[in-house]
Amino acid sequence: MDGVYLDHAASTPARPEVVEAMLPWLAEHPGNPSGSHAVARAARRAIDDARDLVAALVGAQPGEVVFTSGGTEADNLAVDGVVRSTGCLPVCSAVEHPAVLAPVADAGGIVVPTDEGGRIDLGALAEVLSSVDGIGLVSVMLANNETGVVNDLESVAALLAEAAPDAVLHTDAVQAVAWMDLTEACRSAGLVSLTGHKFGGPKGAGALVVRSGVPLAPVLRGGGQERERRSGTQNVPAIVGLGEAARLVVADRSATLQRVGALRDRLEAGLLAAVSGSHTTVPVGTSRTPAVAHLWFDGIESESLLFLMERDGISASAGSSCASGAQEPSHVLAAMGVGRGSALGSLRLSLGHASDDGDVDHALAVIPSAVSRLRRHDPVGGPT
Amino acid sequence: MTARTGPTRVMVAMSGGVDSSVAAALLLEAGYEVVGVTLRLWGGESDSGCCAVSDVDDARRVADALGIDHHVFNLGDHFDAMVVGPYVADHAAGRTPNPCIECNRHVKFGRLMDRAGALGFGLLATGHHARVVQRPDGTRRIARAADAGKDQSYVLNMLDQDQLAGLILPIGDLTKAEVRRRATALGLRTADKPDSQDVCFITRQHGREDFLGRRIAVTPGRVLDGSGAEVGSVSAVELVTIGQRRGMALAGGVGPRFAVDVDVAGATVTVGPVGDLMVDTTPVESFSWADAPVDGMVLVQTSAHGSSDPAVLDGDVVRWSEPHMKVAPGQSVVFYDGDEVLGGSIARRA
Repeated sequence: MDGVYLDHAASTPARPEVVEAMLPWLAEHPGNPSGSHAVARAARRAIDDARDLVAALVGAQPGEVVFTSGGTEADNLAVDGVVRSTGCLPVCSAVEHPAVLAPVADAGGIVVPTDEGGRIDLGALAEVLSSVDGIGLVSVMLANNETGVVNDLESVAALLAEAAPDAVLHTDAVQAVAWMDLTEACRSAGLVSLTGHKFGGPKGAGALVVRSGVPLAPVLRGGGQERERRSGTQNVPAIVGLGEAARLVVADRSATLQRVGALRDRLEAGLLAAVSGSHTTVPVGTSRTPAVAHLWFDGIESESLLFLMERDGISASAGSSCASGAQEPSHVLAAMGVGRGSALGSLRLSLGHASDDGDVDHALAVIPSAVSRLRRHDPVGGPT
Repeated sequence: MTARTGPTRVMVAMSGGVDSSVAAALLLEAGYEVVGVTLRLWGGESDSGCCAVSDVDDARRVADALGIDHHVFNLGDHFDAMVVGPYVADHAAGRTPNPCIECNRHVKFGRLMDRAGALGFGLLATGHHARVVQRPDGTRRIARAADAGKDQSYVLNMLDQDQLAGLILPIGDLTKAEVRRRATALGLRTADKPDSQDVCFITRQHGREDFLGRRIAVTPGRVLDGSGAEVGSVSAVELVTIGQRRGMALAGGVGPRFAVDVDVAGATVTVGPVGDLMVDTTPVESFSWADAPVDGMVLVQTSAHGSSDPAVLDGDVVRWSEPHMKVAPGQSVVFYDGDEVLGGSIARRA
């Protein structure tokens, strides 16, 4: 990959060991894991080895791991699966990924506001749980995809135990896997979503962990794979890659997060010092992953900044992108109470396993001068 | 077309249509460094024009085929504020605006051109059928396209010297048929794509009335004839356009009658025979000039593909040499010297 890649929250490069592990499962071993002969059994063994590794990553039993095509499918399955099984009303926080927000909206569910850090407002959640009947699913993401802000799931779980003991807690842990010990952070969640390509695995393989006893109807129906919870021939090479990525992240996570956290802190502090009128989006002291620096700059538009950064070899992003590829105003920043004007000047720099000091040095050399250039030439002011 | 000395980086606005596709290809052939940009302007319902995802996909795939970078800029907030909002407000006030011209004024040759400059592009190109010509004194003007039937000089009437100096219109010397032949020869996927004609934020399915009806309070109105007798009714006086013939519940038998005056405040529409639509003068306002303001004898065009007719511009009144069809307030009134645009204005109420 050319240039400096600071968009790991969008997708990470697959780690070399992952690519290595996947390759034999593309051509050498063609088996369908549902078959009975030796070639099929080899594929079955490969995905079950991966299942053990994903189970260890989350602190679940292998039988609780349902492989999906990725995070969106896992989130959809969590919400739709519980709603279809129980007829319950789902609830989620306002900063969830659209893969949660959309099925919650379709089920007529309730969206709970957040505090200014983007963490679910526990008081508002308590109010909803005490005033509305039939809530059977509460979805609260572990780490936010735009800001990296981390929710305290234990507090959410404690609230549920008191106010809605039958409700299932779902967490979208997609952005947390690389940075947090899920066996601790997710231990109270009945449903956990993750996807490989956010932590050094391939695109196209993710998982929903469904703890035993959680009521879940399938969304994809057919051949009954994944213990009737998700039909469709498993994506064997990608699942093998997902398993290998899970193994690697468990083995070296604590060292990586120390190193990357130091890079992020240097990047963030350097930008705040070098650019006047720059601000951190997340209030100081808010718990967050070590991977994301989320900033906004007075008087510029992030589309222009990203354009200039790309010309100087830096790939990053701002809010979320729509289907056309345009930058869209962020619902996450809106939920945090960040004004639309400020949100338009926001920048997300997200680091990953392979990020190094050179990346930070380059970003610190490019971004301040790009911001000054834009403020000189294209100040966002009154309409033309 | 050859690359001039000086800035050689061109940002080309690619709508996803054949004209801007070929424009980008011609710029590449001429040796420019080209980057394609598609604007995302309208987040709501759409089936045509600048905003649909499928059009963005076409632009991106053409850029891929040409081997140039392509970006999508979301200028939706600015479009809402400067085009859609005024479009709605104009109708509420009984005017008939041209939103594509306001989009050119404020978005394409406003925000986008400013942004192109800030990003290091000295030149912006579009796929409009018109030409930029340089006069002996060094000033520039928009001139009509080689393809008279496709000429878009009217919708570029607001450009001033600064904007003209930074603008390239690569296909202005080609006919539409030539543009399509070039696209076919280059293997561009947009070669046979139909032209878009409509306002991008108004859908064919629901139309202008539905769009405006959701955004402004409409007033039922009485329809009067020249003598003041009530001869029909309309459900929304704000949506009646000068020259309109249908939708006014008129009885037949007296020959065709047209809306000749719309009074939103009084909730009345006056109708009359076609002769009542003919006027000697058209009052105008909100001038823009390519260079210096002009007075006196000019050619004047009052619709995108209408004729240009001789008149004297006398302050803020156009005095027609021959009686002329009445121009709805809000429409652009554009002044020409032969085939060249001198400037533009907006028709106002007398």
